[in-house]
Amino acid sequence: MLYAILCYASEDVVCSWSKEQDDEVMANLLNVQEKYAQAGRLGPVARLLPTTAATTLRKVKGESVVIDGPFAETKEQFLGFYTLECADLDEAVEFARELSEVNPSGGSYEIRPVSVYNPARVPA
Amino acid sequence: MTELAWISNAISTARPQAMGALLRYFRDLDAAEEAFQDACLRALKNWPKNGPPRDPAAWLIFVGRNSGIDAVRKRSKQAPLPEEDQISDLEDAESDIAERLDGAHYRDDILRLLFICCHPDLPATQQIAVALRIVSGITVKQIARAFLVGESAMEQRITRAKARIADAGVPFETPGAVERSERLAAVAAMVYLIFNEGYSTNSGEAPARAPLCEEAIRLARLLLRLFQTEPEIMGLTALLLLQHARASARFDENGEIVLLEDQDRTLWSRKMIDEGLALVDKALRHQQPGPYQVQAAIAALHARAERPEDTDWTEIDLLYSLLEQMQPSPVITLNRAVAVAKVRGPEAALAMIEPLGERLSGYFHFFGLKGGLLMQLGRGEEARVAFDRAIALANTAAEAAHIRMHIDRLIKDGAAKAAAKTAR
Repeated sequence: MLYAILCYASEDVVCSWSKEQDDEVMANLLNVQEKYAQAGRLGPVARLLPTTAATTLRKVKGESVVIDGPFAETKEQFLGFYTLECADLDEAVEFARELSEVNPSGGSYEIRPVSVYNPARVPA
Repeated sequence: MTELAWISNAISTARPQAMGALLRYFRDLDAAEEAFQDACLRALKNWPKNGPPRDPAAWLIFVGRNSGIDAVRKRSKQAPLPEEDQISDLEDAESDIAERLDGAHYRDDILRLLFICCHPDLPATQQIAVALRIVSGITVKQIARAFLVGESAMEQRITRAKARIADAGVPFETPGAVERSERLAAVAAMVYLIFNEGYSTNSGEAPARAPLCEEAIRLARLLLRLFQTEPEIMGLTALLLLQHARASARFDENGEIVLLEDQDRTLWSRKMIDEGLALVDKALRHQQPGPYQVQAAIAALHARAERPEDTDWTEIDLLYSLLEQMQPSPVITLNRAVAVAKVRGPEAALAMIEPLGERLSGYFHFFGLKGGLLMQLGRGEEARVAFDRAIALANTAAEAAHIRMHIDRLIKDGAAKAAAKTAR
């Protein structure tokens, strides 16, 4: 079974790291990942840009509405994520719209640009 | 990261919120600063022992407020301070205070703290210095270094600015919607000033001044988190990120300025560009264009071009004409002329900037561009005159060196032509 490990931390604090501090943390995190990668157990890993760069598509009374930022309240849980190569935000919104149209749960899709991407090394 | 680094990080992150709240309690900048300093000292003692608090800002506000009240009592009654342990049982207090902290206030607290630094009577450099000191908590020594002045001169400048702010009185009432948006605009302009103070520099000074750019980006991000749906704040943050992304490509190893088209684009920070582009995309969806968004959109077109020749100059020309309408200024017309030269040729660009000569008679970039356009048109003598004027007006050694390079090329071309003539 493949697990998604979702990392939560204070964005205020993480954003205040200097480039050197950030590099150091990232290098350490990479070190930890490396042995799992060597063992062929590591799937795709992504770090997201700050939530200020996020957009949320939400269904309100059957209509899809695009709002700024993440959907803040915790009544909905993060259920998984897609990565998609897009020329601009409109393409990403369109993709989310298509997903939302076939999703009966009526939830929301947060559209967030990926900052660092390590391609999967585990066979699908 | 060491424990000390972690603590200083947590404190500097919490600073704007904590200082903003303490200013609201004490209604006096000095009292708020003193209370905050005291809370920081206690944090350094307490946090390593008891572990980091869940909400560092709430902790600092609570402890700072207690210590500030103690200080006031001490001054009025000269009564001895209670023992440290008795002041507050912080373990219990923390969970309690976190709930009581008025979340609705905190946005206006930070905005107020930034806004009082933008007092219109203060010259721009003083606004910046005082904001860096009060809001960002940067030491006077570091600020002095960034401004290339002595520490005591900077200390005086900041003290004078703070006295001016105190005289003016701090606006404590909760702002209405119109006031809030006016404050936000003033604060955004100041953040942009901080950035420019760090950006317009030459390579020798770049290491000392780069922290100003980083601080401006941090403040812009802070504003954006407080005002997530403001397209102009998205634009401002994007603009700063997209410009700063080029930082390591702007100077060559000899410290000479590298023009945008000659920069090694692989040195541009992809991470900052990605964030900047995402914010531009987000902002444009609001369809409420403003000057920061337009400038960010221009920077985005440069960032999106993998090679200089891929740059969409037609779109840049269009965006500059939009910016000219929003903020008519000869400098913007001058920038537009650069795009016009690419799209319609040097003659059209020259015609566009000729009328600006009088108003920009003291502006380095005017003569730099004029000389460049004349050179492209083969009018070497006139180009030489414009370049000489540019050198006289250069603000930095790097600017002068860059123009000298053009002059050398003119001289070489001239010599080559003369040689060709003689050969014939």
